[in-house]
Amino acid sequence: MAENTAPEPGKARGNLPPLELYVPEPRYRPGDVVDYSHLPVPPAGQLARPDENCPASETWPMTTDMIRVLDEEDRAVGPWNPGLDADTLRRMLRTMALTRAFDDRMYRGQRQGKTSFYMKCTGEEAISVAHAHALAHDDMVFPTYRQQGILISRGYPLVEMVNQIYSNRADKLKGRQLPVMYSAKDYGFFTISGNLATQYPQAVGWAMASAIKGDTRIASAFVGEGSSAEGDFHAAMTFAAVYNAPVVLNVVNNQWAISSFSGFAGAERTTFAARAAGYGIAGLRVDGNDALAVYAASRWAADRARANQGPTLIEHFTYRAEGHSTSDDPSAYRSAQEREEWPLGDPIMRLKKHLIALGEWSEEQQEAMDRDLVEQVKIATKEAEKNGVLGHGLHHPFHTMFEDVFEELPWHLEEQAAQAIRERQSKWPEWKGESA
Amino acid sequence: MTEENALSLHDAPTRQMNMIEAINDALDIMMGRDPDIVILGEDVGYFGGVFRATAGLQKKYGRNRVFDSPINECGIVGAAVGMAAYGLRPVPEIQFADYIYPGLDQLVSEAARMRYRSAGEFTSPITIRSPFGGGIFGGQTHSQSPEALFTHVAGLKTVIPATPHDAKGLLIAAIEDNDPVIFFEPKRIYNGPFDGYYDKPSRTWKGHPGGLVPEGYYKTPLGKARIVREGSAMTVVSYGTMIHVAEAVLAEKGIDAEIIDLRTLVPLDMATVEKSVEKTGKCLVIHEATRTSGFGAELVTLVQERCFYHLEAPVERVTGFDTPYPHSLEWAYFPGPVRIGEAVDRLMKE
Repeated sequence: MAENTAPEPGKARGNLPPLELYVPEPRYRPGDVVDYSHLPVPPAGQLARPDENCPASETWPMTTDMIRVLDEEDRAVGPWNPGLDADTLRRMLRTMALTRAFDDRMYRGQRQGKTSFYMKCTGEEAISVAHAHALAHDDMVFPTYRQQGILISRGYPLVEMVNQIYSNRADKLKGRQLPVMYSAKDYGFFTISGNLATQYPQAVGWAMASAIKGDTRIASAFVGEGSSAEGDFHAAMTFAAVYNAPVVLNVVNNQWAISSFSGFAGAERTTFAARAAGYGIAGLRVDGNDALAVYAASRWAADRARANQGPTLIEHFTYRAEGHSTSDDPSAYRSAQEREEWPLGDPIMRLKKHLIALGEWSEEQQEAMDRDLVEQVKIATKEAEKNGVLGHGLHHPFHTMFEDVFEELPWHLEEQAAQAIRERQSKWPEWKGESA
Repeated sequence: MTEENALSLHDAPTRQMNMIEAINDALDIMMGRDPDIVILGEDVGYFGGVFRATAGLQKKYGRNRVFDSPINECGIVGAAVGMAAYGLRPVPEIQFADYIYPGLDQLVSEAARMRYRSAGEFTSPITIRSPFGGGIFGGQTHSQSPEALFTHVAGLKTVIPATPHDAKGLLIAAIEDNDPVIFFEPKRIYNGPFDGYYDKPSRTWKGHPGGLVPEGYYKTPLGKARIVREGSAMTVVSYGTMIHVAEAVLAEKGIDAEIIDLRTLVPLDMATVEKSVEKTGKCLVIHEATRTSGFGAELVTLVQERCFYHLEAPVERVTGFDTPYPHSLEWAYFPGPVRIGEAVDRLMKE
C-alpha cells in the first residue's frame, strides 16, 4: 500500500537513495598543479572539409572534434588549410600583434588612472582578427567586448578607440559608454552592449533584414561560452534556424566567465558547437588559437550564409589568458599554471612560427614589427590624451547628457538639463561652460 | 494648430470602424507607404493575429513583410532591434502585454538606449503593439496593464489610444517616430466603448464620435493630450479604457468635469493637465493598473509640484488593486463606477 506521506529529506525512498544536487567545480584552483591530459587535442589536418552547401547534418562530426590547420611543425596541413598568401598571413600577424600591443598600453593606462576600466583579449587575438579577414568588409559584426581585433582589422583609427576608452571630449560616443564598448557603424561594428548575449538575436534580425531586402551582406555575432547560457542564445538559434538567416554565430569558449568556469554553461556535458545539432543548423568547432583554422571555419560559414544556405554556429576553443577585466584578479579563483600549460599555445607565436617555417618571416622582423607597433600605439595614445583623460574636465558638454535619449528633447529632459547646469554653476561659480 | 485639427482632416471622408479595424487600416496604409515596414509576431501572418489586427496584411504585402514568429518575445524584440539597426522599421506584435516580459531586456537595455549609447549611430524605430488591460475574463495572464514599467525607462515612448480614431492616428505617428514606441491597445474597448457597467449589454463603436475614422493617412501627434470634455468642476486625467468609465460616472453624477485623455504617457502633455487643474482646482487621476508605483503616482506628483497653489483639495487617485488580476473576481479588481464615484464624491465635498 502506498504511503500517504513522503519520506523525510535525507532519508531513502524504498531502495532509492536521497536526491543529490550536482554543482560543477573546475579541475584546478589557485596553487593546483595543472594537467591537461584529459583534454583531447586532435592532430591538425585530420578533419574532412565538407562543401559549404552541404546539409547541416554533415557538419555534426565537426562539432565534437576540432578543426586544426597548424601542426606541431608549424606547417599548414589538411583540407581546412585556407591557402592564404604570405602577404595576408603577415597582415593578420601584424594585426594580432597590434591588438596585443594596444591592449598592453590601455591596460597600463587604466592602472595609471587614465580611465576606469579596460578589457584585454590576450590569447584570443586570432579569433577576431582571422574572423574579420574571412568576412567582407561591409558585413555587420555584432561583437562582445573582447573583439577589438575586428575593429583593428578593419582599420578603425586607434586614436578613436583611445578617445572612447578615455571618455574624453573627442569620444564619438560622448562619454556615455563604459570603456571598450565601441560603436562604429561605418566599419560594420555594432554598438557593444554590456548586457550579455543581447546582440545575438539582434544579429539574426539584422541578417533577416538583409535577406528581406535582397542584400548580399551577412551578419556575424559573438558571445562568450558563459553567456551562451542566456535565453537570448536560444532565441537567436531558433530564429536563425526558422528563417534560415544569413548569419555566423560565434561562441568564444575561453573557459572562464569571470570566475565561473565553462561547466556553468554546460561544457561538462557536450561542446558548445554541438548545440547546433539540436537546431538543425551547421556547426563547427575550431582551435581558436590557430589563426588559419579560425579563418577557414569563418570563411566556410560566411560563404555558406552568403549562398543562402543559412546560419552556422562556430565554437572557437581558446583560453582567456588574462583577467576578465581590470576589475578582476584571476589568481583568486584559478591556477596560474592553466595559462602556462594551455595545450593550444599562443596564437601570435603560432602564426609567427608558421611564417618563419614558410621562409616568409624572421625573429628579427618580428622584433622590429613589435617595436614599430608599440610606437604606433604610443603615438595614438598621446594624440588622444590631448583630448583629455577620464575625470580631468575635458568631457563633452553637460547638455549632451540629455541628448539622444530621444530624437528630440522632451520638456522634462530640458528641465533636467537646466538643473544639471545650475548644479554645476552652484558648485563652480566661476564655471563658464554652459548657461542654464 | 495641431496636425489632427488640420482642415484637410476634418474634410476627409470618415468610416465607422472599431479599434481593430482602425489599427489594421493604419498598418495597411503604412505598409503601402513605406517598404521598410515589416510585421512579425505570434500568429500575425496567415491567420492575421488572435485579435485580427493584422488580418489580410500577409496576403497583401507578402510573407517577407508580414510573418509569424517563434513563441519567443526575447527573439521577437531582439530581432526587431537588429532589423531596425539594418534600416527597417519593424512593427512587432506581442500577443498580450502579459507576455512582454521575456522581451523586457531587449526593450529596456537595448532598444531604449540604442540611440544614446551609440550617440545616434544606431537607432530603434520600432513600434511594439500589444493588447493590454482587463475586463474580458482573461485572468492574470491576459489582463495586465504594465505601462508603468515602460514609462520608467529612459528612451521609450508609451502610447495608449482610447478611440478607434486615435488608435489609427497614434499608430501612424508611432510608426513614423524614430524612437521605440510601446503601443498598448486597450482590448476591452476593441469592439466598443466600455462604461464600467459590466452587467449591462456591451456597446459597439457605432454612434460614438471616436468610432468615426478618417480614411487615408493622418497622424495624431505623440505627446498631445485630448480634452474629451471641457468642464470646470474638476480635472480627470486618464487614458485607455478608463476614459470611457470616467465619462459615464461623471455624466451620471451630473458633474461638470474636464476629462483629459493623455493618449501618450511619455512624452507627457503636462501643459494641458496644468492648464486644466489651474482652472478647476481639483484633480482625479485614474488608471486600471495596480496602484503602487503606477503611472498615477507620477501624475499626482507632477500635479502637486506644478499646480499646488491652485489646488482646492488633495489630488485623488483611483486604480486597480495591488493584486494579480483575478479571474472570477475580475470586477472586484476593476476600478469601476463605485470606486471612481467615491473619489468624485470626496473631491466634490471639499
